[in-house]
Amino acid sequence: MSSVLSESKSAVTPGGPARTTRPTSKIASRRQRWGYVYVAPFAAVFAVFLVLPLGYALWMSLHNKGIATAGRNVFVGADNYVKAFTDPVFLEGLWRVLRFVLVMVPVQVLVALVAALLLDTLATRLSQVSRLLIFVPYAIPAVIGALMWGFLYSPRFGPAQDLFGLVGLTAPDFLSSANIFGSLVNIVTWQWVGYYMIIIYAALRSIDPSIYEAAVLDGADRRQIALRIKVPMISSSMVMIVVFALIGTLQFFTEPQVLRSSAMGAIPTDYTPNMYAFATAFNYSQFNYASTLAFSLGFLVFVGSYLFLFLTRKQSGLK
Amino acid sequence: MRRSARRRGVAAAAAMAVSAAGLAACSGGSGGAAEATCTNEIKQADATQVTVWAWYPSFETIVDRFNETHTDLQICWTNAGQGADEYNKFQTAIEAGTGAPDVIMLEAEVLPTFTILDSLVDLSEYGAGELEADYTAGSWSDVSGGDSVYAIPVDGGPMGMLYRADIFAEHGVEVPTTWDEFATAAQDLRDAGFEGHITDFPTNGNALNYALFAQNGWEPFQYDAAKPTEIGINVDSPEAEEVLGYWKGLIDDDLVATEDAFTTDYNAALVDGTYAVYLAAAWGPGYLQGLSEADADAEWRAAPLPQWDPENPVQVNWGGSTFAVTTQSEQPEAAATVAKELFDTDEAWRLGVEEAALWPQWKPMLESDWFTGLEAPFFGGQKINEEVFLDAANGYEGFSFSPFQVYAYDQQTQALFDMVENDTDAATALGTVQDGLVQYATEQGFTVTE
Repeated sequence: MSSVLSESKSAVTPGGPARTTRPTSKIASRRQRWGYVYVAPFAAVFAVFLVLPLGYALWMSLHNKGIATAGRNVFVGADNYVKAFTDPVFLEGLWRVLRFVLVMVPVQVLVALVAALLLDTLATRLSQVSRLLIFVPYAIPAVIGALMWGFLYSPRFGPAQDLFGLVGLTAPDFLSSANIFGSLVNIVTWQWVGYYMIIIYAALRSIDPSIYEAAVLDGADRRQIALRIKVPMISSSMVMIVVFALIGTLQFFTEPQVLRSSAMGAIPTDYTPNMYAFATAFNYSQFNYASTLAFSLGFLVFVGSYLFLFLTRKQSGLK
Repeated sequence: MRRSARRRGVAAAAAMAVSAAGLAACSGGSGGAAEATCTNEIKQADATQVTVWAWYPSFETIVDRFNETHTDLQICWTNAGQGADEYNKFQTAIEAGTGAPDVIMLEAEVLPTFTILDSLVDLSEYGAGELEADYTAGSWSDVSGGDSVYAIPVDGGPMGMLYRADIFAEHGVEVPTTWDEFATAAQDLRDAGFEGHITDFPTNGNALNYALFAQNGWEPFQYDAAKPTEIGINVDSPEAEEVLGYWKGLIDDDLVATEDAFTTDYNAALVDGTYAVYLAAAWGPGYLQGLSEADADAEWRAAPLPQWDPENPVQVNWGGSTFAVTTQSEQPEAAATVAKELFDTDEAWRLGVEEAALWPQWKPMLESDWFTGLEAPFFGGQKINEEVFLDAANGYEGFSFSPFQVYAYDQQTQALFDMVENDTDAATALGTVQDGLVQYATEQGFTVTE
């Protein structure tokens, strides 16, 4: 904008650049001032609802207040953090979400990738309908989805008993502690695959078709085009969805929290680190330790995603 | 240039004004007690308003009755969720220092949890001590400590045994009166071809399991609100081990189911003939009648809870709630009046009994001919109050809960689930809970005696 303006001014007065410099900078600085005004509403909301609560939570995590030592917050430095990282419950929760990451992220990404590649290749009406159908679960709020699956898994109300009965088998108890892991993986995959599929599909659509023509001329078949051309060309989108899935899984909360109402034994209150922080704060009224847990988890999520982005910097184009 | 800048300035200012208004609107929603929005209609606009959180069924009729009969006081009622949902909000309000109502409905079992946070007003300052004679001994013991009174009792859950008379008759099995007979009946029903289980022992049946243990003399906590930082923890006592061992034996023989309580599956199983017995509190009959998928041929009857020693019967209680006044209230006297007077008339209690199926702890109603003579159509006209629950209510002597009861329940749920799932024994399960609670209490700054 400013360059256009200065050009037009210098066009009117071809005297010299010296005369135009000062007014331009004045305008620029005034503009900058207005810029702050424009940013202000966002900055205010950002400060009030993000920066301040984060600062307060950090402050709380450095203090402590036992139930029996009522009312007073005592500064304890890093004590809460030492406790958190030696707390077997927290560590077990972390190990559990790590196992979820190892299983759930590859499953989601693979299913989404295969679906997107197929839909990209097919151009029938069926593919349009399928695209919508795969995406629909994402449009259902996570809580509703988990409640719904709770009913589907129910041994009494769910369809599993009838389906297995048709072939003379007994359905497994999806809500037992042995099967709950797989049941949760299934819910999350069902919910998120559509969203990831759309991202990959959009990336595939943006590839120039002439590249495919060139590949065909070079004798590539469809499988080779998919694996050797399409997948490498959308690697930055792939990195992005893996980061989404990674962060979402480390912060696993909604689905187990909702399903807990029908499987209290199999899903304890401290099943994932986030659930543990929630219960510690709101059920056991230890807001200080809960802040510590939340901060520790946030830190680990940050480290995890940073590490992943660093390792995949070539693929994502961040380098 | 100038003009356009000014126009933009106006636009920006307008945008800020809009977002500021948005913020103001947000903060307005969580405003103080005075401008809170009520679920009910205020009858006297000029009167002092007292905010109340409660989740009783059909509570609006009782609030309306109060507001119609009081000219200087009006209740502004909100349902802030049931049980844990409400407690979570209350805990948050306590931590935030603002946002709690004047009067709050709390179950008796969580009173110590909140008294230790200094969040409940001692109502003896407002004449609550004089009401002791109006309430059953057990319920008064649950709300008071020394001379202090932290809440006004409302309803209770004296325990009895609801059973399917048709199932017992069909299989020719006698209805048990002791726990020994109960175990035999469980086996006899199975031998006679009954496909269900005699009953369920839910590993998450926190307060139910507490009551079952307490019936054998279990006193897990020694806690006095007057000495808030001292607690005795004795969860793994021989009494509890005996009861839990008894149930573990029935579970091992597959005579008792171990389904989680309060799930949709469990609710269906209660009424569809899967279980022959529902070990229930006095609010249980109301709960049963509200469930769908019921077996149409069911013939429900009530009997006293089986006993360990029939010579010395022990009565226990499961659930029950109270009204407490919060320390955040700026009008504790008015709030105390509401807590005392919400349920202190025959008319209010008739509504409570008929509309909400509450069990009164208020003696004038409890002992009235109308209440004792009530016939329950669901139980074939049986006078279940007189025959079963009145004895249980009068025999209940109170129970001491811990100031971290939610945590204690969660620990117990986990330990009992592990016991069933991994087939460990009762002593191990109770020992795990004991160790966990002692460690937790110590961390929280309590002086713990075991």
